[in-house]
Amino acid sequence: MRTLVAIKRVIDFNVKVRVKPDGSGVETANVKMSMNPFDEIAVEEAVRLKEKGIATEVVAVSCGPAAAQETLRTALALGADRAILVETTEELQPLAVAKLLRAVVEKEQPKVVILGKQAIDDDSNQTGQMLAALLDWPQATFASKLEISGDAATVKREVDGGLETVQMPLPVVVTTDLRLNEPRYATLPNIMKAKKKPLETLTPAALGVDVAPRLKTLKVVEPPKRKGGGRVADVKELVSKLRNEAKVLP
Amino acid sequence: MSVLVLAEHDQRSLKAATLHTITAAQRLGGDVDVLVAGSDARAAAEAAAAVPGVTKVLLADAPAFQQPTAESLAAVLLDVVKQRSYTHVLAPATGFGKNVMPRVAAKLDVAQVSDVTSIESPDTFVRPIYAGNAFATVQSSDAVKVLTIRTTAFDPAATSGGNAPIEAVQAPTDAGPTKVVSQELTQSARPELGSARVIVSGGRGLGSGENFKLLEALADKLHAAIGASRAAVDAGYVPNDYQVGQTGKIVAPDLYVAVGISGAIQHLAGMKDSKVIVAINKDPEAPIFQIADYGLVGDLFELIPALTAELSG
Repeated sequence: MRTLVAIKRVIDFNVKVRVKPDGSGVETANVKMSMNPFDEIAVEEAVRLKEKGIATEVVAVSCGPAAAQETLRTALALGADRAILVETTEELQPLAVAKLLRAVVEKEQPKVVILGKQAIDDDSNQTGQMLAALLDWPQATFASKLEISGDAATVKREVDGGLETVQMPLPVVVTTDLRLNEPRYATLPNIMKAKKKPLETLTPAALGVDVAPRLKTLKVVEPPKRKGGGRVADVKELVSKLRNEAKVLP
Repeated sequence: MSVLVLAEHDQRSLKAATLHTITAAQRLGGDVDVLVAGSDARAAAEAAAAVPGVTKVLLADAPAFQQPTAESLAAVLLDVVKQRSYTHVLAPATGFGKNVMPRVAAKLDVAQVSDVTSIESPDTFVRPIYAGNAFATVQSSDAVKVLTIRTTAFDPAATSGGNAPIEAVQAPTDAGPTKVVSQELTQSARPELGSARVIVSGGRGLGSGENFKLLEALADKLHAAIGASRAAVDAGYVPNDYQVGQTGKIVAPDLYVAVGISGAIQHLAGMKDSKVIVAINKDPEAPIFQIADYGLVGDLFELIPALTAELSG
């Protein structure tokens, strides 16, 4: 059973992003880039499926610029068997990525597709659900536990009030939440091995997908600064200020 | 122009998130209809009908919606949107809305705008990106606008005074491929995190799940919900549904008390719109103090019991 895992190259989560002075977006030049953290969890889960003997092959896919090859090599170092880059310099929005992934799924015929629930750059939280819709597959979003048995999946999902367990026949789209697993680190020998693993490059045109953006970004601004920094000396002063100054306590 | 809101409800009443979403819908102008997809959910539909400014309530009542799935909800929503030619479809940006709405958008072949914080015009919306470190104004050229609404950015609609008609709509008989096997919901007498007026949140500084009991005593005094930072969830102190932040819940209570939370940007993204922020941390350099209205430096294991006692006095 083949497993596909989708990954995105994003600004590293430790970087403090800066809005460009002209308001056209955020500064990405000379900024550290990494694999989206939820996608690391997705890769880890796919590799564990292989280690358990459930998945026979793990294919990592990314859509974006040539530099995303680096991110795919990371996935290969973590244990993916081969990689596919759908290369384009165009701005890709979630619907376009979902369509590209659908085309790759139709080519590769995986039984399970795992994605991060959300990319930490645009924070959209859409691509997995959209892919499931386009394929007419069931979806298991925000997964904190995944079990595959025969041709069915049982998934524990993080929901607003706690946890929900769902069951569905394969094929399925799964999106990862925080507690699904703790991703491993790539070891040096595996990083070296990853350089020799196959990485295929495709294009949106070759897949027959129109990736034109549907949303036009008119401007990007910084959020209003919150004025903080006030201090109190002790608990008494805190309660007194909350009662009399902020008036949030009776 | 006509707007449809997908209600989040518990069969008997509307979740607060739905009321915030109805307010956002009203900003668009035009009629605002509410779809209640439930099982024996007449009471929830009546609650929606009582919201002033709601034009019509559509009730899709079917056993399949006892425990709805993204697939079953998307199916009924798509039918309704196509048959009645809605121009805008809205749901709260909660776990519920995030699960369903992209599925609907993809089937309609339109973009979704996630986490809308401001409605500039019927086709132009503001939304946070990069954990709220930037706000993008985006314009949609699609025929149908699918939006999820950041509930903290819109006031809740009133719950009485309206008298909208309730109309039954066809509910799918097929529940779809996904079965909900079980639910383990956090049992709590406390207010819901997403709509609480006061929240007491704990971070890695608590040191263990056991120590969250300290916060419970304080939360009891304040009638507060309990939240947590991602670090506390990662460390296994509390379940994920406690998580406040970029990848958890977005909250904006009147009072947010951050205890033993350093203030990573991912956490601030989820709570910095709170009206009043209190930070209690032993590290005077913790970034949380930069956004706190009232910072108290010290050992939380002494300060929290003292604060609880002070509030009792």
